[in-house]
Amino acid sequence: MKMFGGEVIFLDRENINTDEIIPARYLTEVKKEALKPYLLEDLELEGFDSNGEKLQRAKIVVSRKNFGCGSSREHAPWAFEVNDINIVIAESFARIFRQNMFNCGMMAIEMPKEKIDSLFALSKKGNVIADVNFSAKKITFKVAEDEVSESFELSEFDAALVEAEGWVGYADTRY
Amino acid sequence: MPQNIADKIFAAHLKDQPFEGTNVLSLDVVMCHEITTPIAIADLEYRGMDRVFDPTKIKAVIDHVTPSKDSKTAIQAKILRDWAKRHNIKDFFDIGSNGVCHAIFPEKGFIRPGYTVIMGDSHTCTHGAFGAFAAGVGTTDLEVGILKGVCAFRKPASIKVEINGELGNGVYAKDVILTVIKELTVSGATDHVIEFVGSTVDSMSMEERMTLSNMAIEAGGTCGICLPDEVTLDYLWEFIAGEYDNDKGKALEDFKKWHSDEGAEYASVIVIDATKIEPVCTTDYNPDQVILLKDQKGMKIDQVYIGSCTNGRLSDLHAAAKILIGNKLAPNVRGIVSPATPKIFDAAMKDGTMDIFRQAGFCVTNPTCGACLGMSNGVLAPGEVCASTTNRNFVGRMGRGGMVHLMSPASAAAAAVKGELCDPREFL
Ligand code: SF4
Repeated sequence: MKMFGGEVIFLDRENINTDEIIPARYLTEVKKEALKPYLLEDLELEGFDSNGEKLQRAKIVVSRKNFGCGSSREHAPWAFEVNDINIVIAESFARIFRQNMFNCGMMAIEMPKEKIDSLFALSKKGNVIADVNFSAKKITFKVAEDEVSESFELSEFDAALVEAEGWVGYADTRY
Repeated sequence: MPQNIADKIFAAHLKDQPFEGTNVLSLDVVMCHEITTPIAIADLEYRGMDRVFDPTKIKAVIDHVTPSKDSKTAIQAKILRDWAKRHNIKDFFDIGSNGVCHAIFPEKGFIRPGYTVIMGDSHTCTHGAFGAFAAGVGTTDLEVGILKGVCAFRKPASIKVEINGELGNGVYAKDVILTVIKELTVSGATDHVIEFVGSTVDSMSMEERMTLSNMAIEAGGTCGICLPDEVTLDYLWEFIAGEYDNDKGKALEDFKKWHSDEGAEYASVIVIDATKIEPVCTTDYNPDQVILLKDQKGMKIDQVYIGSCTNGRLSDLHAAAKILIGNKLAPNVRGIVSPATPKIFDAAMKDGTMDIFRQAGFCVTNPTCGACLGMSNGVLAPGEVCASTTNRNFVGRMGRGGMVHLMSPASAAAAAVKGELCDPREFL
């Protein structure tokens, strides 16, 4: 299984699309590693710097509705993966992006708006570090003295993909 | 229990349900292009599994950047080309015979009612126009599709979009689908199939239906399905007549088995009066930000792009040419037209359509995706505005810092002549 947990980066906008996550001009790369410097390069968001240390340190992304919409490119999850970001938490996801995440053994976790709001509120207090307990399906977010624990749900299939580190291995043994 | 068309296709292709809610379907067609497939091929090689489940069910094309623009895209093309050769994939389309995937594959008769289709491309939903379940997937799903001929889906609920009435002059399938997306919103159909029904859809050609289905994904939809009927049959007849002993009645009967049953369930039903639809375009960066063109007058443009898997077909070129005839591009406006396939290109050359584009001052490119995804053949500079017949206006889509207004070919042609967005009915 992949490593989950660490510092959280907050992207406060709905409909962040795969062109913003990894622009089309990098789709000519045939190695995942090559995508590393370009993650979120075209995302223009107040207080966000795609070259900044904050993104470099991040291990988890928290965002709003319809994350990962647009092109089907799996380069989007890969760009996260090669930057050691293996979880995205959002209010909702575009279907293909969500499936791509689990297909790579990564997690796209949906949480209701109130929970997402409270995480954004927490982020105002400082750097948020998250601890992920996969077997208990629980994430603990910590900032200074504050701590918030949220449970999450995965379908059995999604959990199996995370455990198998992706769909290719799973499918090959089964079909 | 009464079933809708997506239910029926799922039931007919269900191979496994490893967990509740997970449906592993067998696939009839796996389509590949040179942007998302090479990494799948490389991974299969790396795993020592460089195989394909059935070379006759795999269709491949080099279309996104063709001819290659640099050595990186040349390498991608080469990986796909070599792989198609190595695995004896006969339906492979390369320079000279290639065109935009979602235009050339239907044109070759590869998609049939009731089929399951995947591709590493979000606009795979286009093929739902034939009464198929066709979904865009990522590279890993594609990889498993290539290797095993299966794909896993959560069973999508269906949204019925019923469109009735005749379209007004200057109003096209593109205006219909943009109006529908505005209603559904950019994520309103996520994890859902959109089923297009109603008299407007019934009277549409396959080209128009493909325009509808093509943009289902812009509302988040998994697939946009039209029910297969005589129009579908006529389009496919040259490919399937033999299978039905030349008996159209027999084929139509067979098609009908896919039709949604009376009383089938839908997550929601939206009814749209086609007679009220007017020419529209997108404004800003989401496909559901749709406004009437008559309210958007005066917005200056730098480029007009007519092409893509949404609106690069012959009837689209004709609609644009009708407005361009005898007119010229406005000063400071660049026009680019890319017929979506060689067959369309040839037909447009023969019937004089290309002359009209050339006389108006358009650049005619070979069939390719090119500018649609901002990779080649007409990428926008920061601050530039494009009137485009493509399907996606997200930030940066046709070039960093560029703004894309989506609209019908007639509306794009009208903008080309006027130099600013306008209602195409001014020219009709
Ligand atoms: S024409 Fe545009 S939307 Fe269609 S397949 Fe090509 S890049 Fe994608």
